[in-house]
Amino acid sequence: MADALHTLSAAELGRRLAAGTLTSRTLCEALLARYQAVNDKVGAFTHLDQADVLAQADASDARRQAGQGRGPLEGIPVAIKDNIAVKGQPLTCSSKMLAPLVSPYDSHVAERLRAAGAILYGRLNMDEFAMGSSTENSALRKTFNPWDLARIPGGSSGGSAAALAAGLVPLSLGSDTGGSIRQPASHCGVVGLKPTYGLISRFGLVAFASSLDQIGPMARSVEDCELLLNALASADARDMTCFGPSDRALTPAGDPRKFRIGIPKGFLGKGVAPEVAAAVNAAVEFYRAQGCAISEVELPSADLAVPTYYVVATAEASSNLGRYDGVRYGHRSSVAGTPVEMMTASRSEGFGPEVKRRILLGTFVLSAGYADAYYVRALRARAKIRAEYLVALAGVDVLLTPTVPTPAFKVGEKASDPLQLYLEDIFTIPANLAGLPAISVPCGKSGHLPVGFHLVGAPLSEAKLLAAGRLFEAAHGYAHQQAAL
Amino acid sequence: MSNVPSDWEVVIGLEVHVQLRTRAKVFASSPWGFGQEPNEQVDPVVLGLPGTLPVVNREAVEKSILFGLVVGAEIPERCAWDRKNYFYPDNPKNYQLTQKDFPVVVGGQVEIELPGASRNVMGEHKFIRIHHAHLEEDVGKLSHAGSGSLVDYNRAGVPLLEIVTEPDLRSAAEAEAFLRSLVAMLTQAGVADCDMEKGQLRCDCNVSVRRRGAEKLGTRTETKNLNSISSVRDTVIYETARQIRELEAGRTITQETRGWNAELARGYVLRDKEDAHDYRYFPDPDIPTLKISRETVARLAKQVPENLYDRQRRYVEKLGLPYTAASVLVNDRALAEWFEAAVAAHPANPSGIANLVANDLLRDLAASAGAAGAFDESASAPVSLSSCPIKPAQLAGLVKLTDDGVISKQQAKEVFAEMFKTGKDAAAIVDAKGLRQNSDTGELEKIVREVIADPSVAKSIAEYRAGNEKAINALKGPIMKRTQGKANPGLIDQLLRKALG
Repeated sequence: MADALHTLSAAELGRRLAAGTLTSRTLCEALLARYQAVNDKVGAFTHLDQADVLAQADASDARRQAGQGRGPLEGIPVAIKDNIAVKGQPLTCSSKMLAPLVSPYDSHVAERLRAAGAILYGRLNMDEFAMGSSTENSALRKTFNPWDLARIPGGSSGGSAAALAAGLVPLSLGSDTGGSIRQPASHCGVVGLKPTYGLISRFGLVAFASSLDQIGPMARSVEDCELLLNALASADARDMTCFGPSDRALTPAGDPRKFRIGIPKGFLGKGVAPEVAAAVNAAVEFYRAQGCAISEVELPSADLAVPTYYVVATAEASSNLGRYDGVRYGHRSSVAGTPVEMMTASRSEGFGPEVKRRILLGTFVLSAGYADAYYVRALRARAKIRAEYLVALAGVDVLLTPTVPTPAFKVGEKASDPLQLYLEDIFTIPANLAGLPAISVPCGKSGHLPVGFHLVGAPLSEAKLLAAGRLFEAAHGYAHQQAAL
Repeated sequence: MSNVPSDWEVVIGLEVHVQLRTRAKVFASSPWGFGQEPNEQVDPVVLGLPGTLPVVNREAVEKSILFGLVVGAEIPERCAWDRKNYFYPDNPKNYQLTQKDFPVVVGGQVEIELPGASRNVMGEHKFIRIHHAHLEEDVGKLSHAGSGSLVDYNRAGVPLLEIVTEPDLRSAAEAEAFLRSLVAMLTQAGVADCDMEKGQLRCDCNVSVRRRGAEKLGTRTETKNLNSISSVRDTVIYETARQIRELEAGRTITQETRGWNAELARGYVLRDKEDAHDYRYFPDPDIPTLKISRETVARLAKQVPENLYDRQRRYVEKLGLPYTAASVLVNDRALAEWFEAAVAAHPANPSGIANLVANDLLRDLAASAGAAGAFDESASAPVSLSSCPIKPAQLAGLVKLTDDGVISKQQAKEVFAEMFKTGKDAAAIVDAKGLRQNSDTGELEKIVREVIADPSVAKSIAEYRAGNEKAINALKGPIMKRTQGKANPGLIDQLLRKALG
């Protein structure tokens, strides 16, 4: 039944591998065949070293044979967004600027996956430097939504979501700065979790906006998502913003049927498509029927989230992306001149238009004479938003909203209107500003296009989000869904 | 010295950049040191590879706090880092991590000593206030080769403590004295080595002049990247004269950043205020605010050595040392502690010990370092006591033998030389060479009686009795001869006088 292996969950694959009815080599060969068949249509991967994958699979099988299996992810492929360093693999961030770069070191999460026996399986397309909501900003290739190849998969982790929905891989890693895991998960009908800021080390994650970025797990089911999360979350002395061993205990989930669920006032009115509102309302009614207490909560500063985000994120990005200058690595312009002229030309040639737009915006908001009016004010707004969310989450276990106001749009539809595109993240951004964990879980369709709902919890409440998600997915048919290709 | 016209006053503030003595770089685990091949001391963090993050080196923070405690500063409850954004190829991230708003050290003061009228006379003392000191990362080095440019990141990320003074300095001599005092304090506390030839201490020098008595400060210029104390002194002299000349000619001073050409001994304009960078400072999101526990401060406080000038005052006032010897000893903490160990072994004569240490020991140590140092670049470094063949208690033993009259001061020099050569105890050398003085009063009295009974010395005795003091010396020769030169000279002098009544 090798042809059906690409439809199975990581948990089921793990059981078969453990039982000896499946080898990692057989699994990887099946997925490589699937890759040959569909990746050109979907465009999820930017790089896949088949020989390396098979060598890792053989090593895993040998470990298992020797009784040295490393746990539930042993032998299971995990595909990785191209902004997370894996030693010996490209680290391009889907940018011309880094297209020549091969990482000389492993990120913390890559080390964790190796230690768990997982197969580090290829590089996934993304918006350049994770800036975008459609993966259209990739300088390397286009990625399409497996449910409708004329539409975008969402972004910036568009490759990570599309690879799952296309059955190219059972698990993937994304990164989320303002919704970059959850928005494509919603558009592609898969599960994506953005952990509490600090739960997973950012060492080896190419920085977009350091105070907002988190790596997170993506999968076709909540159970698989949890499996991957457990492998990633650990203390790391190389990231000072990562929780130390004593500060990282997750809040126990408890019984999700007894959860108090808050619905932020007015969120379902904000340009939310009727089918999206209907699917999300149905999810609310499901929880109510399970025994959850549903209440409306006030988040008066929620409207500040998008403008606040675009000041804080671009300010940090303008500094984080300063290092790409052609001096040490990456694209170097052939324009001759002084070193500073070479740096200027390399940056002009290497960055795409959206990245340049954000660097310019971020440079502006930090400039002398403007920093107080923009950057400093945005920090105050951010503190206010975080405080309001923490107050709201003191009274409820989770907040429930749509993940994205509308289903996936057509390729090119919003490319000329960045402001419209920025509103894709209106529901997801506050969790990044407040450092809170959040998950997108599939909850229906708008026509043929998947729709997800979004849960946000208090810091370190990942277990609650996962428990609520499992309760929902057990009663519905959206787990393990794949697009027909 | 500079000749500042008496109706002008110069006002100087310094920003001193000191590389801290740490094993690893300030935000990376890569080691650092002098004299490596280019780009040997780098790692992904130092090079700013995508995805790498800074981690604060606790050793660098503790050395910074120790400096603060040495100068009596306030150590804040917390400190934080900011990004200073600017593009230059020697700057791997194109931002520098520094501390703009929450530095690790606030306040404090450094006592300085100005030169006295002569080497033997102590000069005036003053206190120079420290505004703050902040911990940041050094940058790499860019060099131009033919048509291209080369960059070496070995220096990038080396911990740099920037010590900023208040504008309290009033002359080139004070600036020089400040830097000498600062270097002594930093090295004595183990905070930094301050080797200026290796670029471990660099200085930015702010100078302005005003009419004496004026309250308002004049427009200042900043001369950057001075890498020796003499360059700072020369810059102050040059810049003071230039500014006075400009103002007296009715022109104004432009607030500008300047450089210094040490070979030509003149300054030049780097950039004026209009070209000032906008560094777009903001708090570094990768490094959380660092709490400095009071336990850490208390632990580090125990490592603060005695202040240079407190020690000097103690040596002069409590131990009775001459200023000349005290000032030599206190400049080198190891030497001072060596001296104190010797005094502990023989507390009766600190001056005697100090003279041997400050003169004979230092001279011989320098000579032996010079002999061994033809291929050793540490030859110019302060003398190394670790290889000193004489131990403090041994030197104390030598002084005690002299004080007890066992050997003469002249013999002590000879014994010292032998001790330095062999590392043997003074007493063993005295015995082996048969230098021990004869201080047996009974035996010497008998010899004295026999010598003065000899008619050949009657003339000398008569002269002495007639009041010619020096005549007594003629009697000592025969006594020495009969004792093979070992008679205690003090004792025979005493016995002769008694015998001659």
